[in-house]
Amino acid sequence: MEYKIVVLVKQVPDTHNISGDVMKEDGTINRPALPAIFNPEDLNALEMALEIKDKTPGTKITALTMGPPSASEVLRQCLYRGADQVFLLSDIKFAGSDTWATAYTLAAAVKKIVPDADLILAGRQAIDGDTAQVGPQVAEKAGVNQVTYAEEILELEKRSVTLRRLIEGGIEEVKVSLPAMITVVDTANRPRPAEVRRMMKYKKALSRLDFASALKTHLEYKDEEELERDLKKKGLLIPVVCADDLEVDLRKLGLFGSPTKVKKIENVVLKKEETVELTPDSKGAERLISDLRRAKILG
Amino acid sequence: MKRQGSVMVFIEQEDGQIKDVSFELLTKARDLASELKEKVSAFVMGEKVSGLADEIAAHGADLIYTIEDKELKYYRTLPYFHAAKKAIREENPQIVLFGATLIGRDLAPHVASYFYTGLTADCTELQIGEEKMLYQIRPAFGGNIRATIVTPDYAPQMATVREGVMKKGEPVKGRKAEVRPLKVSIPAEVAGLTAILHRERKEKTINLKGAEVIVAGGMGLGSAEGFALVKELAKVLGAEVGATRAAVDAGWAEADRQIGQTGTTVRPKLYFAVGISGAIQHRAGMEESFKIVAVNTDPEAPIFDIADYKIVGDYKTVLPELIAAYKKLQQ
Repeated sequence: MEYKIVVLVKQVPDTHNISGDVMKEDGTINRPALPAIFNPEDLNALEMALEIKDKTPGTKITALTMGPPSASEVLRQCLYRGADQVFLLSDIKFAGSDTWATAYTLAAAVKKIVPDADLILAGRQAIDGDTAQVGPQVAEKAGVNQVTYAEEILELEKRSVTLRRLIEGGIEEVKVSLPAMITVVDTANRPRPAEVRRMMKYKKALSRLDFASALKTHLEYKDEEELERDLKKKGLLIPVVCADDLEVDLRKLGLFGSPTKVKKIENVVLKKEETVELTPDSKGAERLISDLRRAKILG
Repeated sequence: MKRQGSVMVFIEQEDGQIKDVSFELLTKARDLASELKEKVSAFVMGEKVSGLADEIAAHGADLIYTIEDKELKYYRTLPYFHAAKKAIREENPQIVLFGATLIGRDLAPHVASYFYTGLTADCTELQIGEEKMLYQIRPAFGGNIRATIVTPDYAPQMATVREGVMKKGEPVKGRKAEVRPLKVSIPAEVAGLTAILHRERKEKTINLKGAEVIVAGGMGLGSAEGFALVKELAKVLGAEVGATRAAVDAGWAEADRQIGQTGTTVRPKLYFAVGISGAIQHRAGMEESFKIVAVNTDPEAPIFDIADYKIVGDYKTVLPELIAAYKKLQQ
């Protein structure tokens, strides 16, 4: 028994560790204040895929990401941990996608690259938007079964998996027919670290979008063509998928194809009309407590 | 684009118990609908739900679609999607609202994908803006900015809202609504895709939503030992303990104690924010508290902007002072 698994991963700004202001004075996003990381729950999804592979030799894991050229870093991270192949969906036509257009593009890519996928796994949500929408939308677009908030795969069968998932205030165990799109929560597992041997090999993996800068440091290559040939030979070329490679309606891609639009972005400044400042000593403490008791807020 | 039709609410129920968030959405839907001069519609599904119509009407729906089927007893994405699709098709509303519960966040995106329309998750505010567009306001980038999202050219406009974010209005007993039972046959191949083998509810021991006083701690506490002081103050005051996402991530408090955009939204009578800088992500979950007391060493911490009482100082001295003052004044 073996499975064809696709893992959808995303490179995100590390919104939990922000250094400095997120917005510049001109109102645009201050990218340098937001280091890029592997979306945490996508690592849980990758780990779930790797655990399935550990139990079912012959299982093949394909990792996909959609993003700018620099997103190839999360694909290298997938390779370090044991993904069999990776693809970078990168095209200016994808830029500005909301969750609908993102799911539309990802589903088209899954269909193109792994048309007979048994499982599509992804993190429940990405920390830059926290919407948790892309997983369910990929399920709808791909026309497959949908299961969210998965914690643990309990049983693997040929055409189904049994898993435990979160429900409001508890858990349930479900038997899920395949193919299915499954989103994974952070309590599912502890993602394994990169494997040193694989890291030594795959840290040199590049997509053609990295070539121009790579040539500046790798003087041994005369041009992009030679670099590409060499990477291909060594299995280190990360394939780039663009809009023209997919069976998609171009009008449904990117900003243009996105039903939602950002009307306004602002730094919110909330101000209380009146703030009482108290001293950090017993006098301040007694004043506070007696104020609150008088207002019948404290008993 | 011409926008017309009702403001529709997905009524989430289980075992005949309607979720609070559904009532909160009905209250909001009433405001939006009266501004648009339209009706409020609702759809509810389950094994047996027709008896819930009066309650839904009392909270503001003018028109209620009920869908009953044994396959809808417990939530599963595709059978529910099948029924939701039918209700939304039938009504053709201009706005559809879902609670941002585990179920709402599973169902709404599937529906929005199918209808090729926009969906905004976890809105903290909904307003009717220019050209009668629904302004869907939510924090973004970990809550550091606030974005207004619109769906100008697609219908219906869809949004999810977390429980506790909108106010629930008083029900009007005897308020009448038209009830339309919908017949939906769920194909066996859809119903058979996912089978629920076992369900288990954990007894809830943490009750943030019902707490009148909350003492919450953040990264400024520096350690689990520091967080223990927060727990001590809470114990003395008979309050519930809350935490920021970072404090939960650090392992100082259980995940169920998280307050903020991705945690619980609370509006207690009194909220102590200790060692919490006040990222909007956290503020989104507590800024509607009646009185806010903030304790922080940084006089510029943004939490002070929304505080009624500001104490600049080290929590290690301030909290024991508060405990002592409370005990002293109680005598």
